Amino acid sequence: MIEEQTIITVMPETLVAETRKMKEQGYRLVQICVTRLGEELQLDYTFDLNRKFVNFRFMQPKIGARVPSVSGIYWCAFTYENEISDLFGVQVDGNALDFKGNFYKTAMKHPFIQDAAPAPAAAPAKGGQ
Amino acid sequence: MGTRTIIPFGPQHPVLPEPIHIDLVVEDEKVVEAVPSIGFIHRGLERLVEKKDYIEYVYVAERICGICSFIHGQTYCQGVEEIMKIEVPTRAKYLRTIWGELSRIHSHLLWLGLMADAFGFESLFMHSWRVREQVLDLIEATTGGRVIFGSCKVGGTRRDIPAEQMSWLLAQLETVEKEMQLIVDVFMNDNSVKHRLCGVGVISKEDAISLGAVGPTLRGSGVADDMRLLKYAAFGNLDFQPISKTDGDSYSRCAVRCAELFQSVDLIRQAAAKMPEGEIAVKVTGNPDGEFFSRVEQPRGEVVYYIKGNGTKNLTRFRARTPTFANVPPLVKMLAGCELADVPVLVLTIDPCISCTER
Repeated sequence: MIEEQTIITVMPETLVAETRKMKEQGYRLVQICVTRLGEELQLDYTFDLNRKFVNFRFMQPKIGARVPSVSGIYWCAFTYENEISDLFGVQVDGNALDFKGNFYKTAMKHPFIQDAAPAPAAAPAKGGQ
Repeated sequence: MGTRTIIPFGPQHPVLPEPIHIDLVVEDEKVVEAVPSIGFIHRGLERLVEKKDYIEYVYVAERICGICSFIHGQTYCQGVEEIMKIEVPTRAKYLRTIWGELSRIHSHLLWLGLMADAFGFESLFMHSWRVREQVLDLIEATTGGRVIFGSCKVGGTRRDIPAEQMSWLLAQLETVEKEMQLIVDVFMNDNSVKHRLCGVGVISKEDAISLGAVGPTLRGSGVADDMRLLKYAAFGNLDFQPISKTDGDSYSRCAVRCAELFQSVDLIRQAAAKMPEGEIAVKVTGNPDGEFFSRVEQPRGEVVYYIKGNGTKNLTRFRARTPTFANVPPLVKMLAGCELADVPVLVLTIDPCISCTER
C-alpha cells in the first residue's frame, strides 16, 4: 500500500462545517470528484496535510443533485464546483465564481450523466460500378 | 479609479502552446481581475473507460498529456495495481523511476525554453530546447518513443534497460548535466531574466496552501511538499528531499525547476546504482474490484487519479485531477494586480498544460 487513505462519510448538510474544520487544521483541498453509480452520484472531497489523505464522501441522486459550495472556505473550489456542475449537472449553491454552465464547452449538456451513445451505424456499402 | 477595459487573452496567443482563455479586466496597464475559462479541447477521455478494457486504457492514460505521458501511464498503473494488490517487481519500480525522472528533465527544459521565449530571450529558448533534444534521444534509445513511451503496463514495464545501455545513458547524462548548468547559470544570474521574474507574481506560503497550489508553484512559495515523499516506485530507496524556495515569486518557481533538473539527474544515478536484476513484470489476471486515489508527482505537480472498478474488465470511474487544474486558482490570484506586460510570464510560471487539464 502506497498510502493510507481515510474515507469519511458526511452528510451534505454538515459538509461546509466539516470542511471548515479541515481548513482550520491546515489541510489543503486536493480535489472534488463525482462518480456516477447507477442512479446516484458519489461525491468526494479530498484533503491533504503533509501527505495525510482524508476524503469526505456522500451520495446524491443523479438527477437534481444539489450541494452547498465550499468556495467560501477554499476559494480554489470554484474550479471543481464549476466542473461538477457542467459535467454532472450538480447544482452548487453559492459558488464564489459561478460560470453558470460555461466553464467547459461540451457538445452536450451534462455529458457524464448521459448514458453512453450507441455506436455509430456502419457506413453503407458503396454501390457497384 | 480609471476606465476599466476587458482584454481577452487567448485561446490563441503567441505565448500559449495550448488554448486557455482569460478575460483580463485592466485599468490602464494594471490587471485588476482575471477570469479564466477552459474547455476548448475537452476530450472526455475519462468516459472512455466505459469502452476500453482496463489493460488497454494505459494507452489512453498516456495520451492525456504529450509531455508527462509516461507519468500518466505510471499513475494509472499504480492505481490499478493497488486495487488488485499486484506486487510489481522491484526492477520495474526502478525503471519507472528512471523514465519518470527523464520525463521531468525534458519537461522542465521545455518549460525553461518557453519561459525564455515569453520574455524575449530567443537564444536561451533555443539552447534549452537543444539540450532537451538530447534528453529525448535518451528516452528514444531506451523506450523506442520520444513522446509516448509505451513502456509502462499494469504489473510492471514492457521494456528493460540492459546494463550496457544504462552505462551509456549515465555517460550521456553527464554531458547533458554540464549543458544544463550553462543554461541554468543564465536563468539564475542574468540581469534581464531577473528583471522579468524577481518580485513578479508573488504568492505567499499561506496563499499557496489555501489556493490548492501544487508542484513548483507550491514549492516556490516555501512549502516543501512533493508526492515523491509517498515513496512510490523506487523513491523509498532513494535519498530524496523536495526542493523549495521561499520568495514565492516567478524567479522562485523558476529556481525550483532549475534545481530539480539536477536533482532528477542525481535520482537517476541513484536508481541506476541500486537497481537489482530480475523480472520487469508479473502476469496480471482478473479484473479490478475496488477503488484507489493514485497520487504521483508530475513535473507540474501532484496528479490525482481516482480509479474505481467493479470486477469487470471496464472500470466504473476514472478521474484525473491534473496539476494545471489545481494551479488555475493560484494563477488567477497572481494575475490580479500585475502589469499587463507580465501576464504572459505569469501564465507560464505555472507551466500550464491544457491538454492534461481538459482530459
